[in-house]
Amino acid sequence: MGLLDQKFENENIVITNLEDLLNWSRLSSLWQVGFGLACCAIEMMATSASHYDFDRFGVIPRPSPRQSDIIIISGTVTLKMATRVKRLYEQIPDPKYVISMGSCANCGGPYWEHGYHVLKGVDRIIPVDVYVPGCPPRPEALLEGLLKLQEKIRNESLVRNAS
Amino acid sequence: MTFEEIKNYIAEHYPSLSDLDFDKSASDKALEVTADKLIDLMSVLYADSALKMDNLILISAVDDFNGEKIIIEDGSTVMKGGTLSVYYHLESLSLRHKFNVVVRVPRESPDVPSVTFIWGGANFNEREGYDMIGINFVNHPNLTRILMPYDWEAGYPLRKDYKNPEFYQGMKVPY
Repeated sequence: MGLLDQKFENENIVITNLEDLLNWSRLSSLWQVGFGLACCAIEMMATSASHYDFDRFGVIPRPSPRQSDIIIISGTVTLKMATRVKRLYEQIPDPKYVISMGSCANCGGPYWEHGYHVLKGVDRIIPVDVYVPGCPPRPEALLEGLLKLQEKIRNESLVRNAS
Repeated sequence: MTFEEIKNYIAEHYPSLSDLDFDKSASDKALEVTADKLIDLMSVLYADSALKMDNLILISAVDDFNGEKIIIEDGSTVMKGGTLSVYYHLESLSLRHKFNVVVRVPRESPDVPSVTFIWGGANFNEREGYDMIGINFVNHPNLTRILMPYDWEAGYPLRKDYKNPEFYQGMKVPY
């Protein structure tokens, strides 16, 4: 994990390859857009707070999408909000990642049949990297989703496609 | 005052409003009024020193769905004729009594005069009634959609014969 398993040649010198270093630095400071939609956002805030402490993974809420790396879609995406969500996503500089949090953002949740105002899954407008199930998911589940995303970033490569 | 006392008080003091009757179908009694007399009645309820309805708790619009049901080609039902209702829940905070008013309007021309100039709080309630059921509140200062997107063209979602569109701005709506 990280750089600790790399080779130590001397004191204070770690030999690694560029890819691992870049991936490690990127996955260790995933700044998120300070953005919440519904009751899932309460769980997301609880995850950010001291008890679950999102900050230990380098996840800090940023007030602007232009300073962010990930966006957590935490709640019901209404059709009215969907156009705004898309704009927020487009403002995030590459490389960017999306965590879809909760049943509503995954597939419409309880609104799947009679929700005339609800987008049935945020993946209809933006690409999603990790789906976190739950209604709402507990903070542990969101942390697990973030670890999955970190795993994905760790396996990325500059020269070959991540699988 | 109780509902009956308020109703009798109005009939006694305001002859033009004396022929109103209450709606027996509702579980909570409501005085039924036509749209052209609504403003007269509301002004009395607000201004009369014995009534003093200073708080408009809620306006709720209802699709009565009591017209002629027509089944069209794709098997769905379309309502023709019948009425839409608007319920006003009033309260006097100073005299501690409540009163309900209902106005029924035809489904094809649901024009109801706005009461925003009496109670400012009616503004958003009436916009919701317009957005969800399609009541046209005449003389409302800003009768636009409030919950649905401003460019929503598919109709009024809480009408019982409403059909959701296939797409909105390129996004697929059904599951």
